[in-house]
Amino acid sequence: MKSFPIPRLLVVTAASVLLLSGCAATAAPASETVEDAPTNTVALTHSEALHIEDAWVKAADDGMSAAFGMLENSGTEPVTLVSVTSAASERIELHETVENDSGAMVMQELPTGFVIPAGGSMELKPGGNHIMLMGLAAPIQAGDEVNFTLTFADGSSRELTAPAKDYSGANEHYEGDMDHSEHTEHGHDDHAESGN
Amino acid sequence: MTSDQPTTAGRRLSRRHLLLGGAAAGIGAASAIGIDLAGRSSQPASVAPTAGPAPAAAHGGETVPFFGVHQAGIETPPQAHGTFIALDLRDDVDRAGLIRLMKIFTDDAARLSQGTPALADSEPELGVIPAALTITFGFGPGVFTRAARTQVMPGWVGPLPAFGVDRLEEKWNDGDLLLQIAADDPVTVAHATRMLLKDARSFARVRWTQPGFRRARGSEKPGTTMRNLFGQVDGTVNLEPGTADFEHLVWGGNNPDWMHGGTGFVLRRIEMNLDKWDRLDRPGREASVGRTLDTGAPLTGTVESDEPDFEAKTAIGFPVIPEFSHIRRARTDNPDERIFRRTYNYDEVPTGDRVSDSGLLFASFQADVTKQFVPIQKRLDELDLLNKWITPIGSAVFAIPPGCAADGYIGETLLAG
Repeated sequence: MKSFPIPRLLVVTAASVLLLSGCAATAAPASETVEDAPTNTVALTHSEALHIEDAWVKAADDGMSAAFGMLENSGTEPVTLVSVTSAASERIELHETVENDSGAMVMQELPTGFVIPAGGSMELKPGGNHIMLMGLAAPIQAGDEVNFTLTFADGSSRELTAPAKDYSGANEHYEGDMDHSEHTEHGHDDHAESGN
Repeated sequence: MTSDQPTTAGRRLSRRHLLLGGAAAGIGAASAIGIDLAGRSSQPASVAPTAGPAPAAAHGGETVPFFGVHQAGIETPPQAHGTFIALDLRDDVDRAGLIRLMKIFTDDAARLSQGTPALADSEPELGVIPAALTITFGFGPGVFTRAARTQVMPGWVGPLPAFGVDRLEEKWNDGDLLLQIAADDPVTVAHATRMLLKDARSFARVRWTQPGFRRARGSEKPGTTMRNLFGQVDGTVNLEPGTADFEHLVWGGNNPDWMHGGTGFVLRRIEMNLDKWDRLDRPGREASVGRTLDTGAPLTGTVESDEPDFEAKTAIGFPVIPEFSHIRRARTDNPDERIFRRTYNYDEVPTGDRVSDSGLLFASFQADVTKQFVPIQKRLDELDLLNKWITPIGSAVFAIPPGCAADGYIGETLLAG
């Protein structure tokens, strides 16, 4: 630790959360440099650690839709997105798309939510993981901005605004009753258009 | 022309790498090269690890800033490929609908022009070679009506006065919204066109599409005046971006406040009868325009940039540059009657006995179409020997709104509030 002050400055400059946490643990006398980097000396909440880019929602007249985007975790701990709510849809689930026993790509709810590893990312995209809107309150028109509230496993939450776009893929048709309280209608072949 | 966008480049680059490097690992090496070029557009291209375009000559990564006081694609040196598209708004689109559409269009154009796939881009691998892509938007009369903003529509928006030489075909006229999509790579133009039209589908239908081209990027020195398909050097006398004249005659004028930073646009589809032109000898061709074919110099000069001498006479007393020639007729003593030309050739599939269906997409920008474009066209309508071989078959006028900042959208000054 002979050269301690120099690496500390470098670390702050590089905003490397991992190394910075190590530095902070040494309880060095506070300098202005460290004080200027306020969020990095304490563990980030999930909502603080998660960056969301390029979010968008598929425009739809009624029924179902889905939201997509890139989730990036800048923190040192895994981030778990456990639920999403929005005035735009009475029910919202977190879905993954997997291959079923017959080889078809089907979607199913991930009750445990989306886990984004520390320093990693997860892309929500048609044919992959997505935020499923089930029971739209009103038509979502192209160019609308849809607001969501994301809640994480640590209890933190954040708002997200995503523009709606027309998109011919991501056709999530359900054969079952839309008002089904138990969501058991996974795995219909209708989903396959978004798979390979 | 080439420029980085410091505010967004890093974020976008990271997004590109995540999208294309991670989730779509199967894409080819060519895309990966494009990704790198797009991120470091002003630096020498790195040596590609595998086969691909010659790095030193690759222009695919060049970007033109999208956001700014003026829209891109006007002062931008004309790219090799340009497609003009007019849209007609669907019946239910009102001001709120126009705002939603222009927000989507703005986001698409901002991303694609920087080599970033659009949101919901189903062919993202086609979105990473910007090749100096610009997307420019214009408003026809229908936008003002739908937005209940006719009181601030410039008086020159709408059909031009009828000219005697016109043989206008309805399928090439007018329109509610204009898209000018231009890049040095035709695949880039095709993808951007596809992306924007997909996003326009619930708001509008395509009224006409007019693709055009110039020399390929790199075929000749940048800044060379283009040749039309008659072989003529076409566009010598033109306003120059960055000059006081350009500022005044393109960005100035007495337009309504919302237009500040915008301008006026005219597209004339001018059919060139190449079969008839074939029958004209070289001296006749040169006399019709008043310039030589080899260098484009006026008939009284030796180089293209020479000022024509309209007083010079031949040995037997006729003007060297004929009174009926195109450059004599287009010239005016009124310095305000000038326009900025940004034209493209077109060459479509011929029908019937013709062997060509070719012409010029005469695109011009001017602050006041009535005061600048119309007088010139009037003189050419009255007399221009070139009229024997050229025929305007399409005509459209649009107001070009100003550019916008990164948190705004094109058309905001007209549509918001």
